[in-house]
Amino acid sequence: MNPAAALRDAGLAALVAFGLFAPLVGLRTDVSPTGGLFLRTRWTDVAILCGLVFAGRFLLSLWTGRRGLRPTAGPTPWTARLERLSTFVAPALLGLALVLPFIPGVERYELDIGILVLTYVMLGWGLNIVVGLAGLLDLGYVAFYAIGAYAYALLATTFGLSFWVCLPLAGILAAFWGVLLGFPVLRLRGDYLAIVTLAFGEIIRVVLINWTSLTGGPNGISGIPRPSFFGLPFDASGDPGTFAGFFGLEPSPWHRVVFLYYLILALALLTNWVTIRLRRQPLGRAWEALREDEIACRALGINVTTTKLSAFALGAMFGGFAGAFFATRQAFISPESFTFIESAIILAIVVLGGLGSQVGVAIAALVMIGGFELFRNLEEWRMLVFGAAMVVIMVLRPRGLVGTRTPTVALGQKRAISGDLVSEGHG
Amino acid sequence: MRTDDRPERRDMILEVAGLTMRFGGLTAVDAVSFVAHRGDITALIGPNGAGKTTVFNCITGFYRPSDGAIRLHVPGALPVELHALAGHEIARAGVARSFQNIRLFPGMTALENLLIAQHNTLMAASGWGIGAVLGLSRYPRAEREAIEKARRWLDATRLIERADDPAGALPYGAQRRLEIARAMCTDPSLLCLDEPAAGLNPRESDELAQLLLSIRASGTSILLIEHDMGVVMRISDKVVVLDHGKLIAADAPAAVRADPRVIAAYLGQDEPEDTAA
Repeated sequence: MNPAAALRDAGLAALVAFGLFAPLVGLRTDVSPTGGLFLRTRWTDVAILCGLVFAGRFLLSLWTGRRGLRPTAGPTPWTARLERLSTFVAPALLGLALVLPFIPGVERYELDIGILVLTYVMLGWGLNIVVGLAGLLDLGYVAFYAIGAYAYALLATTFGLSFWVCLPLAGILAAFWGVLLGFPVLRLRGDYLAIVTLAFGEIIRVVLINWTSLTGGPNGISGIPRPSFFGLPFDASGDPGTFAGFFGLEPSPWHRVVFLYYLILALALLTNWVTIRLRRQPLGRAWEALREDEIACRALGINVTTTKLSAFALGAMFGGFAGAFFATRQAFISPESFTFIESAIILAIVVLGGLGSQVGVAIAALVMIGGFELFRNLEEWRMLVFGAAMVVIMVLRPRGLVGTRTPTVALGQKRAISGDLVSEGHG
Repeated sequence: MRTDDRPERRDMILEVAGLTMRFGGLTAVDAVSFVAHRGDITALIGPNGAGKTTVFNCITGFYRPSDGAIRLHVPGALPVELHALAGHEIARAGVARSFQNIRLFPGMTALENLLIAQHNTLMAASGWGIGAVLGLSRYPRAEREAIEKARRWLDATRLIERADDPAGALPYGAQRRLEIARAMCTDPSLLCLDEPAAGLNPRESDELAQLLLSIRASGTSILLIEHDMGVVMRISDKVVVLDHGKLIAADAPAAVRADPRVIAAYLGQDEPEDTAA
């Protein structure tokens, strides 16, 4: 774009800005000392804002004009670089996760963040089955997290069942609810599916708040039993019946944290292992085919109903596992932990990581949750930083961090498939 | 008489009887009856809007007919009432189809496309997913066999070089061939092709005709909708002509070509009853 055109373009943008800012910023009602309202004008501020818009737009037009328009399709050097990197990233991250508690300098606080990040990695991987592989947009994933958490809390506090009995039960219950949600939404696609799943998430939360006799309502459930090391409780007493006593260690609260850390690491890796294995098998391939073209799937004899339900159920099951873990770690749960924002964060992790990519989701969870904690001292500004970072990622890598798809099988060499060919699913 | 009836019965693969399809007040297909024989290539032709694709969608389970019956006759088994089956069960009964506007899985490789076509066999071998996740089943062997079958079809459609390329990146003609290969990987007894030659150049349509003949030779019956009369007249054993939702002819290609009603339908000549109306 030549300077004259850029100038004209910037002038137009400034005019639009003036139209917006004149009433919004220029005019302001204030309370006068006498108590009446009076109108205060701030034309200097408006001028400054319009000037900024003008300058910004002018520079932007010049910049894009100089660079010229580039086609967005085709692998960018970024993609190739990230691909090469990702072969090392996954083992490196796994190694780091395995030794984290023994790295000098890792204290309680760091390990707690590690547990939090891994919880979201697991939730992200669980949701990845539904959204990334099967292409069903689920905005109410937190409901299964809540079901898992409440299932463990209620079973443990009412019947005194141990964590290891409750964990599979929580997963099965969540999977059951996943199927229950799946049935009515089977025929819905895209936006409609998103709305219904969103409503499902809210319904579960509202029921948890209002069914006071069972769930304790907004007060939640407290005194949830902490997990034991296969029957040996973590206790400060040092009795032979406790973890510390049995292994002849000095009793320390550190043991429990490390145990919780490895527990969630194991659960997350289980999710990952199952997903990776299923992806290379007919069921996983059918999920991906469903995302690509549902009608073609039907013509090939794939039962679309059961395939969709299996994706819902499996995703929900891992959400339920994560929920049970959450309950045992916190020892207290209330409906407040299962608001829509949680669903949104998990979905954001999956989308930012790249739909269907396991490594991408793990990195996105690390960056989003870990980064969020890291910038805690920025206080309310961190939301802004966070939003800006998300926008930047989506502009630079619209298909997520790992936007390519790896084939599940190949006659020769597996080559990554560009994200432009892979569909996101229509619900 | 029974004795006359029998050979006809044995030879039949598809029987369409009184098929009617109404969309609201519009009757797209009106009491159409025809028979496709085993080992034949049966072509379904007619001007645009004649109801060919509607008949197709009824046969392959995408529409539920308003009236009439569609039966698939597989040797050694009772006839299957296709009109009463759910969409995915029709494919399992042995009817595979391709689409007018190609419907591959664009983000998956050609090989993966062919493996998805074998989903039901593989799924059973993998113990419905559970066995294979735990590594407890005969799944690896089943997958090797499935890949072998896919390789055979990739060879037959000359796509073996592109096996690991995403289907969406293949040229148009190759996508058409891949769709046929994918349908064949379901081991159908009847292959339904919706305008397989659309958009192909003359050389490609020649190759397609050869491919269809070789499929017929391997024992699969074919039902095809086609506008390319060169292909239709050359390879079909029987031609069924529809016009305005009604059957106007069903005979050998040469006889159909000479049929005045067919010529009238194609040249847009008014039929006597139309002028009277």
